[in-house]
Amino acid sequence: MSLETKYPNEVKQILSKYPPEHKRAAVMPLLYLAQREEGYLTKDAMRDVAQIVDITETEVAALVGFYTLYHDRKEGKYRMQVCTDLPCALRGADEFMNSLCDRLGIKVGETTADGFLTLEAATCLAACNRAPMFQTQGPDGIKYHENMTVERTMDLIAVLRRSGREVHS
Amino acid sequence: MTKQVTLTINGIQVTAPAGSSLVDAAKLAGIDIPVFCHHPKLEPVGMCRMCLVEIGRPMRDRATNEIVMENGAPKIQFLPKLETACTNKVEEGMVVLSQSDKARSGQRATVEFLLTSHPLDCPICDKGGECPLQNLTMAHGPGKSRFLFDEKLRLGKRVPLGDLIVLDQERCIQCARCIRFQDEIVGDSVLGFDDRSRGMRIITFSEPGFNSIFSGNTTDICPVGALTTRDFRFEARPWELESVASICTQCPVGCNITLNTRREAKAGGDFVVKRVMPRQNEEVNEIWICDKGRFVHHYTDSKRRLKTPLVRRDGEFAHVSWDEASKAAAETLKNDSVILASGKLANEDLFNLKALADQAGGKAYLYSHMGGGDVTTLIGVGEGTNIGAMGAGTTIVVVASDLYEEAPIWYLRVKQATDRGATLLVLNSRSTKLDRFASHVQRYDYGDAIKAAQHLGGIKTAEAFANSQNVLIFFGSDGLGVEGTANLASACAKFLQDGGYAGKPNSGLIGVWERANDQGAWEMGFEVAEDLAGALRGKSVYIVGADPVGDDPALAKALAEAQFVVVQDVMQTATTAIADVVLPARVFTEREGTLTSGERRVQRFYAAVPPTGEARADYAITAQLASHMGIELEGMSVSAVFERLAGAVKSFAGLTYARVSEVKPQWPIVGRGDMYYGGTTYENTMGLGVHLTAAAARGESLDVARAERESAPRPKGNELLAVPVNKLYDRGTTVMQSADLLRDWIGSPTISLHPDAAKNLGVEAGDLVHISFDGVSGEARVKFDESITANVVLVPREMGFAIREPIPVQISMPAKVE
Amino acid sequence: MSYVVLRHRDIPDLHTFDVYTKNGGFEAFKNAVTQMTPAQVIDVVKNSGLRGRGGAGFPTGMKWSFIDNKNWPHYIVANADESEPGTFKDREIMEGNPFQFLEGLAIASYAVGANVAYVYLRGEFWQLGALLDEKIAELEKEGFLGDKLFGSEYSLRIYTHLGAGAYICGEETALLESLEGKRGQPRVRPPFPPSVGLFGKPTIINNVETFTNVPMILANGADWYKSMGTADSAGVKIFSLSGRVRKPGNYELPFGTTFRELIYTHGGGVQDSRAVKAIMPAGASSSLILVDDEKILDTPMDYASVRTLKSELGSASVIIVDDSVSMDWLVNKTVHFFRHESCGKCTPCREGTYWMSNIIERIHQGQGTTGDVDLLLNVAKQIQGKCLCALGEFSTMAVVSGIERFSEDFKNAVTPEPLPQLYVKEREIGKA
Ligand SMILES: Cc1cc2nc3c(=O)[nH]c(=O)nc-3n(C[C@H](O)[C@H](O)[C@H](O)COP(=O)(O)O)c2cc1C
Ligand code: SF4
Ligand code: FES
Repeated sequence: MSLETKYPNEVKQILSKYPPEHKRAAVMPLLYLAQREEGYLTKDAMRDVAQIVDITETEVAALVGFYTLYHDRKEGKYRMQVCTDLPCALRGADEFMNSLCDRLGIKVGETTADGFLTLEAATCLAACNRAPMFQTQGPDGIKYHENMTVERTMDLIAVLRRSGREVHS
Repeated sequence: MTKQVTLTINGIQVTAPAGSSLVDAAKLAGIDIPVFCHHPKLEPVGMCRMCLVEIGRPMRDRATNEIVMENGAPKIQFLPKLETACTNKVEEGMVVLSQSDKARSGQRATVEFLLTSHPLDCPICDKGGECPLQNLTMAHGPGKSRFLFDEKLRLGKRVPLGDLIVLDQERCIQCARCIRFQDEIVGDSVLGFDDRSRGMRIITFSEPGFNSIFSGNTTDICPVGALTTRDFRFEARPWELESVASICTQCPVGCNITLNTRREAKAGGDFVVKRVMPRQNEEVNEIWICDKGRFVHHYTDSKRRLKTPLVRRDGEFAHVSWDEASKAAAETLKNDSVILASGKLANEDLFNLKALADQAGGKAYLYSHMGGGDVTTLIGVGEGTNIGAMGAGTTIVVVASDLYEEAPIWYLRVKQATDRGATLLVLNSRSTKLDRFASHVQRYDYGDAIKAAQHLGGIKTAEAFANSQNVLIFFGSDGLGVEGTANLASACAKFLQDGGYAGKPNSGLIGVWERANDQGAWEMGFEVAEDLAGALRGKSVYIVGADPVGDDPALAKALAEAQFVVVQDVMQTATTAIADVVLPARVFTEREGTLTSGERRVQRFYAAVPPTGEARADYAITAQLASHMGIELEGMSVSAVFERLAGAVKSFAGLTYARVSEVKPQWPIVGRGDMYYGGTTYENTMGLGVHLTAAAARGESLDVARAERESAPRPKGNELLAVPVNKLYDRGTTVMQSADLLRDWIGSPTISLHPDAAKNLGVEAGDLVHISFDGVSGEARVKFDESITANVVLVPREMGFAIREPIPVQISMPAKVE
Repeated sequence: MSYVVLRHRDIPDLHTFDVYTKNGGFEAFKNAVTQMTPAQVIDVVKNSGLRGRGGAGFPTGMKWSFIDNKNWPHYIVANADESEPGTFKDREIMEGNPFQFLEGLAIASYAVGANVAYVYLRGEFWQLGALLDEKIAELEKEGFLGDKLFGSEYSLRIYTHLGAGAYICGEETALLESLEGKRGQPRVRPPFPPSVGLFGKPTIINNVETFTNVPMILANGADWYKSMGTADSAGVKIFSLSGRVRKPGNYELPFGTTFRELIYTHGGGVQDSRAVKAIMPAGASSSLILVDDEKILDTPMDYASVRTLKSELGSASVIIVDDSVSMDWLVNKTVHFFRHESCGKCTPCREGTYWMSNIIERIHQGQGTTGDVDLLLNVAKQIQGKCLCALGEFSTMAVVSGIERFSEDFKNAVTPEPLPQLYVKEREIGKA
């Protein structure tokens, strides 16, 4: 089912933000919309978006390739992106990441056996004062989790597994 | 005339048009500033950083704003950083240093950076020998690598981008020239970059991959061996190749090409054509050619080439001498003969054929489904016309033609003209790719093309002409046969005449003909027969460069009833099979001659390879044949024939063979030592060609036949109106010889229906259906086209259905048949 | 001293419309639209000495005055990409004091004649984007955004736009490309955005913090603002303090406050009471300040003074490095960041960051040699001055300053003996 038939209002609202003669500008929000359910962009989804803003599939694919928050491969339902950049690393992010790997039994970039969680390293997320921290990217968008410990992280994962969704604080 | 600016580059005074980049200005003065991403035909992007130079400007006094002088000369203030010469424009008094130590160190740095991730496989790289990176490495590169070989990125070495182009990801230097060519020049963004940073790789997501009929050009402008054609890959090394100037014979555009040849064992040590490359002619094809022209040369050394003259003796063909064969032919052609020749032939061939017909009292017909050429000789474009210079003030009309499929480079040129501000008006019964660039698109029902043309400039399209000094009209055969196109031509001519556009440069009528030299045939006085079968029946027929039997059962039938059939061609065809006498002719690569493009430009092509067997040039064969009839024609040399032709044909008056091969300086300067600038396209040293004059320009009174209102046949009952359309990669005899390369592009026969029509017939897209109309029948796949009406079906020409003009057809599911 | 930008720390619930308006919110905007000409607004901002907070420190009023008035429409864009490692101030502003930011954006829009403003947020600020959308909707409902504002002829709409994970999109021309729905790769400048910007139209781009200062400047006057800070750096700045301090966070202080005050008075001192070894005043893009002398900590933090330490104040994302950190580790972090974030458009940055990351990784893994350190320094310098945008330049700052100012750390990290056989394999190029 095409994006426009599935989310007519969202699509209309997104397009309304930009001058009609520049509707290509709507491509990024549309890609978020198209990625919402599957957690990644299928070739069909890209074609669909391409048609709405009337550019080519190749141009859309080139965007998906450029930006790190778009994904063209199915991975964990949730992506846990831990900031291991300099400021966070100065406050123990690497150690946090390592022990998290141990607890989850996966390496950075890998997905848990049940396909629920993919663990990734991220560059600075503008939360350097609250390290260790990570963001989760999943069906209900992107959410920050700051001043984390491995324990609280495991609890969060448990909650996510149970409820199947983020409990927004 | 744009304002000129004077600056100093490496101590040399340079004057260049305002707005030119420093790289181009330097080029004008013979100074080569190294580049990779910059290309004179593309917008500057400043990506590769190869063109780093020092830039200084005259210092100005803050208070007085006077230029500060220092011992007699203006004091120059240099910018602290190196600048890119491709993105900086010329300024009065500017001082540029491209060879100072600082500039050189910058350029050296860029080369070293590029080499860090570039493989060192020059010895097996197709670009080796004509590779900018290789050359610039020699000139600016470090001798040794400081980058650890073992840390080089390992990427795909053979990634197909579609069927024709292969990508080597390791060799790519991310200059984006190929992407920008597709975006800016073609207007189809089918190439892009994946990822970012060092991960950037060329990708295509189009269906089919690299969906462009211009893809080959990217291999010419790619500054490394990252993009290669499947055709030439590993075929030869550039330095082994000879290059011979020629003209593409695939369509009426007349692109200038260069044939690269090499001696090969498999040809007994003779020269063979290894590849076709573009040759610069800014007024015809600039530095581009389409993929058909590039890849469809394989028919020239096809196994089906005719090698010796043949005469039928009690049913069987016997190899005979030229003398015997031409005598046998001459015998029968003496009386009541008909000549049927195609636009595949050169001007000289056609001139001799027409002369023969006239003097033997026979008829000379052009083998084509299009009429109207008599009109283009009167009001066609001529002297001083250059689509490449058209912009605001010019209105281009394209009626009943799909330029993308029929004349690709005209499509490019028209698109570019709209980029420069030209007004484009597209009239057709269906949507075509050109619509995107049109300021006005007008649809008419099949059968109403002429009416639409008669109302050009009417209320609907008035503003398209409101402020144009020039009007250029392309007319084609989309949904039209001989009669229809003839009338359409007249209607268009009438409009041009009434509007006062007749006989002006950059104005006039252009026929989008079937074949490269149809215009030439019209200039010689050929005509097309509305009832060709009737014209052939019972006659002695001399067929040159055409395969009526293979094309059309009706014609086959007529020829079966002919008295005697002489066929002169380059290859065995269904028609040679039924001939009484067969005369083997040379292909364009084996001989010289001239062709007249649709823009009525006479251009010269040269012999590149030795003839096949005993094959001779058509004009010579005809002359010999004529001599046996006691008719004296010139057969010694092309130049001699051309001389007669120029004396006899008004539009050629004053032309000489020599003038056709004159050249003048062109911009941009390409094909010199520095392949990194223009690419591997060839410089034109062998002739830019000359425009013919049109009667209108000669001030002769024009009597254009008045256009009859066309009448499309009315389908009855469960019939649909079959409408012929033209396809670039069709099943034509020449194309099929390159089928292994182009298979997917040629594809299987497909017909287009409006979804509603399909519903009525109970067929889905992709279904195989059965088509039949008078005597012809066959199967084809169904494609949907929303832009057509529900009472028609689009049937491609030369795809197995002998359709010359609109005709009612029956369509059914194959199951339902017999 | 009461806050100028982080006023939500003084006033509870300032993020709500009622509280914000009760505290004089949108008076400045209303006054500007109804009582002042755009030129007058620009003059006030000019006189206030306000400089851009995004890193370049360009005088804001002057930038606004560059807008091309022969070419319309005009656009204005708030740069909320906040991706420089060590920077987290714009986020707190937009979360805590969103209306003041939006009011500043609105005033700026009026000043440059823009009827449409975009807020470009980094994609990770997904929740923040939703929050701003609510605030914007509220303003439209209350008649502070929309058509014919306050009975004038002036209309304004504000839209948010999410990026999708690319540091380079903080660079203003890459941001514009991204906003137009393209890959975020910088444009060649000139032309600059005030003449050719978004959709090819004149565009003003400023940082979130820059905008958020504006309402207070209009409310209290240019002189009031100039009275804070230093001569060359007027007013207050938010210093994002991170790294090995006890109390990392945002601190709004007048320009000219010393590093010492920031670290010890506000930041609670260095963790484990260790000594400050180095300071990165502008995030990962900084040249490392070598703190080999206590007095260095007394340097006032303003654009000019920091330059005397052969570094830049930039966006004032102050990362504190203590003596437990070895610089080969730190440089490895920054170089990997820039390699990951290079847009790939221009050669020196694309290839150079990749090359540098190979070398520093080798060194950090203890596989490097003294030759590698020289090579790394050499490659970094070879990148400098040749890139299309500043990212490439940024990628070399920590490398060059690290190797030159902390040579000991690198000496200790590498093996002195010559390269192992594998590494000296020298290749003939071109005619291999
Ligand atoms: C690589 C790079 C990243 C940048 N990132 C940001 C950023 O995240 N936020 C920002 O406001 N400015 C950033 N800038 C600066 C912007 O290009 C621009 O100068 C600034 O937004 C102008 O606003 P201002 O005058 O208010 O500082 C960056 C510049 C570069 C070269
Ligand atoms: S310096 Fe880096 S980020 Fe900037 S344009 Fe070049 S490649 Fe892109
Ligand atoms: S940057 Fe000038 S040629 Fe590539």
